[in-house]
Amino acid sequence: MFVRLVYESFRRQKRRKLLAGAAITLGVTVATAMIAVATDIGDKINRELRTIGANLLVTPEEDTLDVEIGGVDLKPPSDGAFLNEADLPKIKGTFWHNNITGFAPMLPVQVAVERDGHIENLTLLGTYFAKKVSFGKEEFTTGVRSTHPWWKVSGAWPEDSSHDVLLGERLAARLSMKAGDEVTLAGRQLHVSGILSSGGSEDDQVVAPIALAQEILGKPGAVRRVYVSALTKPEDAFARRDPKSMSGAVYDRWYCSPYPQSIAFQLQEAIPHSHAEQIRQVAQNEGAVLTRIEGLIFFVTLAALFASALAVSAAMATAIFERRAEVGLMKALGAGKLAVASVFFAEATLLALLGGLVGFATGGMLAHQIGRSIFSSEITIPAVLLPVILAIAVVVTFAGSAAAIRKAVGMDPVFALRGEL
Amino acid sequence: MSTRVSRSAQEVAASRAQSPHTSMFLRMLVRAAILRRGRALSALFAMVVAAAVATAMLNLYIDVQAKLRREFRNYGANIVLVGKDGASLPAKALAQVESVLAGRGVVAPFALVVARTSDGQPVVVAGTDFGRVRQLDHWWSVSNWPSGPLQALVGVRALSVVSPKSQPFDLSFQGHTIHLTSAGTVRTGAAEDSRVYLSLADFVAWTAVQPSTIEVAATGSPEEIATILHQLESAIPTADVRPVRQIMEGEARVLGKTRATLLAAAALIILTAALCVLSTLMGWVFDRRRDFAILKALGASDRMLNGFFAAEAAALGATGAVIGFVAGIGIAAWIGRVNFHASVAPRFSVLPLVLAGSIVVTLLSAILPISLLRRVQPAVILRGE
Repeated sequence: MFVRLVYESFRRQKRRKLLAGAAITLGVTVATAMIAVATDIGDKINRELRTIGANLLVTPEEDTLDVEIGGVDLKPPSDGAFLNEADLPKIKGTFWHNNITGFAPMLPVQVAVERDGHIENLTLLGTYFAKKVSFGKEEFTTGVRSTHPWWKVSGAWPEDSSHDVLLGERLAARLSMKAGDEVTLAGRQLHVSGILSSGGSEDDQVVAPIALAQEILGKPGAVRRVYVSALTKPEDAFARRDPKSMSGAVYDRWYCSPYPQSIAFQLQEAIPHSHAEQIRQVAQNEGAVLTRIEGLIFFVTLAALFASALAVSAAMATAIFERRAEVGLMKALGAGKLAVASVFFAEATLLALLGGLVGFATGGMLAHQIGRSIFSSEITIPAVLLPVILAIAVVVTFAGSAAAIRKAVGMDPVFALRGEL
Repeated sequence: MSTRVSRSAQEVAASRAQSPHTSMFLRMLVRAAILRRGRALSALFAMVVAAAVATAMLNLYIDVQAKLRREFRNYGANIVLVGKDGASLPAKALAQVESVLAGRGVVAPFALVVARTSDGQPVVVAGTDFGRVRQLDHWWSVSNWPSGPLQALVGVRALSVVSPKSQPFDLSFQGHTIHLTSAGTVRTGAAEDSRVYLSLADFVAWTAVQPSTIEVAATGSPEEIATILHQLESAIPTADVRPVRQIMEGEARVLGKTRATLLAAAALIILTAALCVLSTLMGWVFDRRRDFAILKALGASDRMLNGFFAAEAAALGATGAVIGFVAGIGIAAWIGRVNFHASVAPRFSVLPLVLAGSIVVTLLSAILPISLLRRVQPAVILRGE
């Protein structure tokens, strides 16, 4: 009888059930989409923040002091220590290798260029543009195109295996050269594939594949420094502790958190004779920006959950209120309060489960769409969340119906049937 | 009211003069709300919540840009002025930059030379204004800022070269020697670590080199910053004025994406809230089909009925919107305080939007059930069928 009551109620009152179900579906859709966005926003914004540049710098451990003004290195090129290029793929072998979005080695060398009959000294910066590097079975592409996304090239980016170069835009203007010209540097005739605009000191330099810089310097495999771009967690007091003073479990926790410090520590372990340090301008500030945005989206998600809970409650309350006559009839036929309430709650649960399922699916699609259109990357909602979302939907539907059901159950059947309430 | 139709035209005119029509109308509106307090209150509550949420979201959406820009200014300079071909900037350049900015940002001058330590090692020495650098470059991790003359701030990597035991040290530049004490160290993870910083006064007295670089952290929208760039270019023609693209582009991207996310969220939330109002109000109006039937049975015209319910809905919408607006501003300010440590200023430009939106939603939710009810005979409704 109970099952039949519930079944018939769904069969015969399709319109009303559809309305209430639609409200639940919409509520769950919004809640699911917002939860998905909120859980993923940190990662997404972190990736966007990487456009500001690398946040870690690896230098040789025993390096002499940099003597650099305005991007011009005044240190004798033979001076100081170098890292070995062959060690670089090991960066992808560190514990947090998935968080490392890219790295770019740099090797500045001094070259002479002839201009209007007199010799001018220039910096030629050797680097990776978009070099294919492999570590173990893993293959990846890295270089300045991912770590320095604000570098703009008119013309073409040089191939990493070629001897083509980029000229900084101010240098190109001084030399009155354009993309496609030939330039004589360090006794070599080189093809200028493009003009680089970086807004920084590179605008006065020549940027070339690192192999060319190593050849000019006569030190194969030499790298002066490596910029590493990593997704990190905002630094806190724990992050700033010295790993040497930590005990086993604490050390493991520190090591396995993606703090700038712990990633720097792992880079130092991976690359022999190196010193890795966070670039504080980038690393320190992204934490603040990230925390603010995550906080904001957290509050917005709360508002969304609140609004959808309210919408579901309102729809349920209205739906039950309209069925007073039915309640009256049931009670007149001798149904107890419990029996009436359980019919309503059973209906509410069914509605919540159905609406929750549909809402979860559409919410997932909505989140996906938001991810695609705003961040042009995927936002996926983990399937583990489904039971949680369904449970929330049932609880909210119950809570929304409770007051109305109590009122309906407490009604005098006589008045209810006469429609005088 | 409609019963008055049977009265003489004179009486009607007289009663209109005292406008009992309006008072009756008002009375019905007010009494309806008071007698069915519970339902009316729940409808008003839904309206207030919806308006509050909408107001808070719109307020945040408008304000988030300004708030995040402030965070991004912690990244330091977004404009750099450099003397053309490495030359020093004119002495009055700093004052000119400040007058162009007119308080919309922070400025710090830098002068750089390569000096030698007492054992002949080259080291980059910079002269700057420590007070300004503290405001500009928040990420500098400094153990102790210099406070007196001839005190230096030494980069962590430079320390081992110039003063390994933190003892006083000498630096020489073109035959002039300066005797300095180290006040503290600076760590940034970048070029600053290999430098020694002095106050500009000490630096100029020692080297006679004027600042060649001025770093500017200008606040404002991209358009405002572009204007500042142009003004700086024309004010100091001997300088290369360069935007720090790295910072500006990253900022624009993050800001854009955050605002887009917020907009999407706001749209979803406002839609949900509107739906909540719609279903509550529709229930409320539907519930009053008896009033509707009685009015109709007593001969009220369709226009009259529509007007009555529309007025009721509009009044509810307007009241809810105003209360909700106040509450929403409070919520936005609270979120601003908690999340950005600065309150979100109330935007009164949002009020007309919220008000209009609320009234449209309430009108819609009143008219929908009424158009359904209009087709039904009053007798059917009154018999409770």
